[in-house]
Amino acid sequence: MSQRTVTIASSVGLHARPAALFVEAAQETGLDVEIGRAGEDAVDATSILGVMALGAKHGEEVILTAEGDGADAALESLVALLSRDLDAEEG
Amino acid sequence: MSGDTRHGVGVSPGTAVGPVVQVAPPVRPPADEPAPDDPDAATSQVLESLAAVAVDLDARVEAADEHAKPILKATAMIARDKGLAKAAGKHIAAGLGPAHAIEAAVAEYAAQFEALGGYFAERVADLKDVGDRAIAHVLGVPSPGVPPLDGPSVIVAVDLAPAETATLDRAHVVGIVTAAGGRTSHTAILAAQMGIPAVVQVHGATDIPAGTTVAVDGEAGEVTLDPDMALLEAQRERRERRAAALAGVSGPGATNDGHAVALLANIGGVDDAVAAGAQDVEGVGLFRTEFLYLSAAALPSVEEQAEVYRKVLEPFGTRRVVVRTLDAGADKPLAFASLGEEENPALGRRGLRLCQAKPELIDSQLEALALAARETGADVRVMAPMVATAEEAAWFASRVAAAGLPKSGVMIEVPAAALRSRHVLAEVDFGSLGTNDLAQYTMAADRMEGELSDLLDPWQPAVLDVVAAACDGGAETGKPVGVCGESAGDPFLALVLAGLGVSSLSMAPKKVAAVRFALSLHSLDECRALAVLARDAPSAPEAREAVRAAASEELTAIL
Repeated sequence: MSQRTVTIASSVGLHARPAALFVEAAQETGLDVEIGRAGEDAVDATSILGVMALGAKHGEEVILTAEGDGADAALESLVALLSRDLDAEEG
Repeated sequence: MSGDTRHGVGVSPGTAVGPVVQVAPPVRPPADEPAPDDPDAATSQVLESLAAVAVDLDARVEAADEHAKPILKATAMIARDKGLAKAAGKHIAAGLGPAHAIEAAVAEYAAQFEALGGYFAERVADLKDVGDRAIAHVLGVPSPGVPPLDGPSVIVAVDLAPAETATLDRAHVVGIVTAAGGRTSHTAILAAQMGIPAVVQVHGATDIPAGTTVAVDGEAGEVTLDPDMALLEAQRERRERRAAALAGVSGPGATNDGHAVALLANIGGVDDAVAAGAQDVEGVGLFRTEFLYLSAAALPSVEEQAEVYRKVLEPFGTRRVVVRTLDAGADKPLAFASLGEEENPALGRRGLRLCQAKPELIDSQLEALALAARETGADVRVMAPMVATAEEAAWFASRVAAAGLPKSGVMIEVPAAALRSRHVLAEVDFGSLGTNDLAQYTMAADRMEGELSDLLDPWQPAVLDVVAAACDGGAETGKPVGVCGESAGDPFLALVLAGLGVSSLSMAPKKVAAVRFALSLHSLDECRALAVLARDAPSAPEAREAVRAAASEELTAIL
């Protein structure tokens, strides 16, 4: 199992648009990806409602985990996504 | 001749004609929905409905504009969510019918989002929208919400949900009519921003058959069914006269005898700033800063805040930007600065009161603003919300001075501050009347209560008296007093406000041209006379009528 820790860069937190972009990217990996806080139950990263219900806010640290072939590369790309201010990138 | 005319409250001026498109209300699951005989079949029905909703939303993503696309896309993802389907499946296994199972699953997630507050809570509307559409599909009734439009249309609804207004097809919606809503409701504010004529509180609006041609007059607050050629011709002429008249004046606001009244924009973020900066306005009279804080887990750093402020200030060059410091409180809780539940948030520890309890909030905001102001060379003036006393004004002014910002001011939205403005203004450099809250507190009527719209009418003579008291204090202390509420954008009321001594008017940028035109037709003495007429009237409708009748015919001809 691969694991990464990343700080949410989106100025409005991981809500509607940033959450949608993240979930889409997680779905595209084709892997079982989970997202959560340290010491709490993780949620399915391919579920928009799960990710939004997590309520990760700007500046919070989250842990991503994935299993299977290419898990490391997949997590790297998701970490890169969460490190950007997705809400500032309009369009 | 024209058919019947329905009366309501005009909230966004202009006229429009088009066929009615009724927005179907959401349908609740029937109380007698039976428990499913075959849970597997019921689960499939739920999955089918959610899939159909997702496909329908996909189709709308294609047709939507750039602004609406991401909202619809995220909503389609909710419809496809495995978690939602699974939750509904559990409720079916527990004996609920498919419609109730969807409702229950949606309620579970909605409760989680609401508990998170801020921007997360706002997304509950999207989630409920998915649920309502799926329930309609299960029950075989029309989908709620605005259907796809294929030509100019007048949208008619009980009221529009925020998600519906945000995704409105701007190319095709020519008018908006609602049965509920009020002057400061979401629909009213958004319609005015988009420049779409709108009338709210039209009784029986939802009974108008779809396809009926209606003429909407967003100034008079009238909706005429099956209008005749004469009425349409009169409205068309008025539209043309309006466009020509408004195009004929530009630049700083002033009466025809040269008394300056600055015309400013209300903005709430970086996008607004960029859009307003490109307009013919003299700066910003109200920059709402809450968007920076409402979704943050921790207080954003000074540098993070300054970065956003730079982006907001830059489009205005050397023009003034009046910044309202954080106006949060119990109804808009901050994750990092909660003072606990309150019985009555509008009268609780909101605005400056919250900042007095947590001074680090305001100190970091002022530091960031000072930093951004130095770097951009912008004319930044900060003002505090919810100030009631001279002591509070002095406290704020000292914080502002300590941060190295040149000018401090107060919002005058509490009647106490208006009545004692000579003492309150003595502590600061300027005042700005927030007439929406000032009306709420003067009339003891909740802004969110559409049924109380008449009490919240900014023409209420009592509200004008309180405004006059605030202006008297301004004159006595030599401190400018502006208006940044909804009333500043009403051309007739703008004349009254100028007559009462208001020195700047801040509004949705779309409203500036008509206000500039109104001022250019009157002298300061005429404005003063109109103010006397308004305050002599015994009621809000009579105040409005008296001013309308006495104002320049050139103005009434285009409104």
